[in-house]
Amino acid sequence: MIPAIGLALGIVVGLLLEPAVPIWLQPYLPIAVIAALDAVFGAVRAILDGIFSDKVFVVSFLSNVVVAAFIVFLGDKLGVGSQLSTGVVVVLGVRIFSNVASIRRHLFDA
Amino acid sequence: MTTPDREPRSPENARHAWSRLRRAGAPSFSRSNLLAMLLAASLGFAIITQVRQTSVQGLENLREDELVRIFADVDQDGERLGDEVRDLQTSLELLESRTTGEAEAQRAAQERLDALGILAGTAPAAGPGIILRISDPQRAVEATLLLDAVQELRDAGAEAMQIGDVRIVANTWFADTPDGVSVSGTEVRPPYVITAIGDANTLAGAMQIPGGVTATSRRVGAEATVDIRTRVVVDALLSVATPQYARPVPTTNP
Repeated sequence: MIPAIGLALGIVVGLLLEPAVPIWLQPYLPIAVIAALDAVFGAVRAILDGIFSDKVFVVSFLSNVVVAAFIVFLGDKLGVGSQLSTGVVVVLGVRIFSNVASIRRHLFDA
Repeated sequence: MTTPDREPRSPENARHAWSRLRRAGAPSFSRSNLLAMLLAASLGFAIITQVRQTSVQGLENLREDELVRIFADVDQDGERLGDEVRDLQTSLELLESRTTGEAEAQRAAQERLDALGILAGTAPAAGPGIILRISDPQRAVEATLLLDAVQELRDAGAEAMQIGDVRIVANTWFADTPDGVSVSGTEVRPPYVITAIGDANTLAGAMQIPGGVTATSRRVGAEATVDIRTRVVVDALLSVATPQYARPVPTTNP
């Protein structure tokens, strides 16, 4: 409940402030957002599995974001930035889907 | 993270899951819960920021190859539009020259029409000239005298003439009638007034020559007076009958 409120709060603040993304952050932010979403869905699944841990959630959230950004950064440096970004998005997307599938099985038995 | 195949769950298990979720969602202001809220807030913030950024995305965060492609596209578009501009410019010049050519031709045609109208007597004319008045109290003036006067005026360069209300053109004829003179079938009575446009002094001089109109008139008992004007008007008109037999022959130069 509290994290959901936090999410809504963040959305509202973002809408009100209309922040501009700094240029150095622009390539990494979308990937970081996808990675964070993956962490969030993983956390929900962990709750349903009964193995949720605050520490694991915080660490996985931050590490997901950092690793995703780092992969994109490395890809840019190696000249395969766009391909690597696509790869990261695909992997994270697959993980999100599998997490959601697991959540669905828990909640709806389907 | 692996997703092991799960054995089918019982409804009880599902209820269990819901209650676990409810328990996790219950507001409890522990440190970790607040930290999770902070992370969630930053996630929401980041999502919105990225969405806005994407919706106003310009060229600055495109990659090099995309920029090169866009640049090539713009270049190609520019060339194509340049070609189009050149084509349109050419056709514009063509149309303009055609228009001026048409205006030129129209003016020339109008000039020819005016000249021919004055010559044929279908257009009124004005200009310097003389008014020749022949008073004939004794009815002694005959058609030949008027014809002589007209010929003299023509020789002196008269460009348009009328006698009374009758325009004098190439095929005008004179005949005697009991009361006066018939000009192309129209009865004209004395005093005879001939209006002629041309060089006024030349025309007046032509009337005064020995054995000319003035002298002849005086001999028959009439009196011819010449009035020199800077502007006279020849406004008697003739209608042109379409030739019945004569047909124009096309010529190369009009």
